[in-house]
Amino acid sequence: MSAAVVPARRRKGVGLGLVAWLAGILFFLPIAWMALTSFHSEQDAATNPPSFTAALTLDGYREFFGTGGGASPWPALLNSTVASVVSTLCVLLLALPAAYALSIRPVKKWTDVLFFFLSTKMLPVVAGLLPIYLFAKNAGMLDNIWLLVILYTAMNLPIAVWMMQSFLAEVPVAVIEAARVDGARLPTVLGRIVAPIALPGIAATALICFIFSWNELLFARVLTGVVAETAPVFLTGFITSQGLFLAKVCAASLVISLPVLAAGFAAQDKLVQGLSLGAVK
Amino acid sequence: MTATTTAPTTATPVRATGRPPARLRDWATRAPLLPALIFMIAVTQLPFVATLVISFFDWNALYPKARHFTGVDNYRQVLTDADLRHSVWTTVLLTVAVVLVSLVLGLALALLLDRRFRGRGVVRTLLIAPFLVVPVAAALLWKHVLYNPEYGLLNGLLHYVGGPQPDWISNTPLLAVEAALVWQWTPFMMLILLAGLQSRDQQQIEAARVDGASDWQIFRHLTLPHLRRYLELGALLGSIYIVQNFDAVFTITSGGLGTANLPYTVYQSFYQAHENGLASAAGVLVVIGSIIIATFALRVVSSLFREEVSRA
Repeated sequence: MSAAVVPARRRKGVGLGLVAWLAGILFFLPIAWMALTSFHSEQDAATNPPSFTAALTLDGYREFFGTGGGASPWPALLNSTVASVVSTLCVLLLALPAAYALSIRPVKKWTDVLFFFLSTKMLPVVAGLLPIYLFAKNAGMLDNIWLLVILYTAMNLPIAVWMMQSFLAEVPVAVIEAARVDGARLPTVLGRIVAPIALPGIAATALICFIFSWNELLFARVLTGVVAETAPVFLTGFITSQGLFLAKVCAASLVISLPVLAAGFAAQDKLVQGLSLGAVK
Repeated sequence: MTATTTAPTTATPVRATGRPPARLRDWATRAPLLPALIFMIAVTQLPFVATLVISFFDWNALYPKARHFTGVDNYRQVLTDADLRHSVWTTVLLTVAVVLVSLVLGLALALLLDRRFRGRGVVRTLLIAPFLVVPVAAALLWKHVLYNPEYGLLNGLLHYVGGPQPDWISNTPLLAVEAALVWQWTPFMMLILLAGLQSRDQQQIEAARVDGASDWQIFRHLTLPHLRRYLELGALLGSIYIVQNFDAVFTITSGGLGTANLPYTVYQSFYQAHENGLASAAGVLVVIGSIIIATFALRVVSSLFREEVSRA
């Protein structure tokens, strides 16, 4: 490359870097504004033009957490935590052995099985919603958080099987065979060889399953009521305007999104692999 | 990709000893798979079969005694009902618009992020954030905080430049839903396309540059063909998720103003109108639509997958 070309290229690079920064800020702006509004008083939140420098207060959060007299979000947050965490654990429990049988010690036609799991993910939720509702009604399981645990486990299992299959496939078979020849038993092989290589991937899988369960609305909306209501269902209470309530809405949205934001950033590197069902690495 | 040694040829497991009979060994290999497989069939396939059966019955939950078999009557009704037909059209419009726009924006952002610049990691994090807001929360954010005609941020910013103060949701309801979804799905497309860009053959690009190819020529003849399958994958996965979208429609417009898509209509026809048969027929139609998309999606995934396996 000649000396004259370099500065031109660099200048263009700086310019495009600025464009990238601008795009990033633009996309983040609604979230930043939501965070700022959540710390404003309701009066300051509802001004036009917007007040960027209004005094900060925790009133929105106090109002949201029910000390202002509204319904407390704690039961909903607890339900969401149970549904997401327990279903994620169930997913791991079912997906790990399955992924093992699809990668390290593959069954015959393992690709067909893998694609069966994927195809279930393409069946829209609404297709099974009514029978599940009727079943729950007859079995007395409406408004029961454990029903959601079962459904969320099924919802995330295909993604988890795909992701874990691709993570376990990265464990070199030669090493496993060598350990076997040396007389290592299965638990030793799993604990000493497979786990250290696959653990970051398994953790990312768990985080992604957690996100999807935490976000889910349709099942929760149809199948739960007052007792088993989850956090997204709690949020639907804000759909109709209730006078000046912007700060409260922002506080609620932010608090309920925090676990997802945290899990998402923690799994950032493996996020694509999970979302593309393991097709992209 | 290091050792992805699971090519079908290595499918025969380690045969340490030949003692257990072959059939027993086969079942021992299959055993870890069975719980997951049986669970999936029970929870996802059985309800769908039930939906299929119910879709052939005239069944209003408020009049359970009047339930009877009607053949394809529900389908005839769904396909001739003006509201339902409109919701099919809305679903198509919503899905195509959101997928196309977020794909183009995602490609632009991925190209920007593929370059080295100061703070690239921070910008990447800022861009991913919209995807990590709970969908209902994101929809509420757009509905109340951005779109509100009196004190929303959009009109607030327009106020500064003396622009008009439109009522976004009432004037352009579908566009309002689409914009909120594009904001959430652009990061998804960007992540997939960025992964595609980073898997390019750098030597080939360097060689083209040495041979005097311009940036545009490199993009047009090297990058774009390489990205084709990643674009397809993004479009198809995006379609599968957005065809099913319920949260944004439910939250922003509550299905009003002509924005009711098929999932919302199915929800409404059994949850509010208690028309079990009609809802099932509409549900089956959603499935048929999804299967058409899914067939292509599976093909793309399997071609990428095979490439991964054969690269090992």
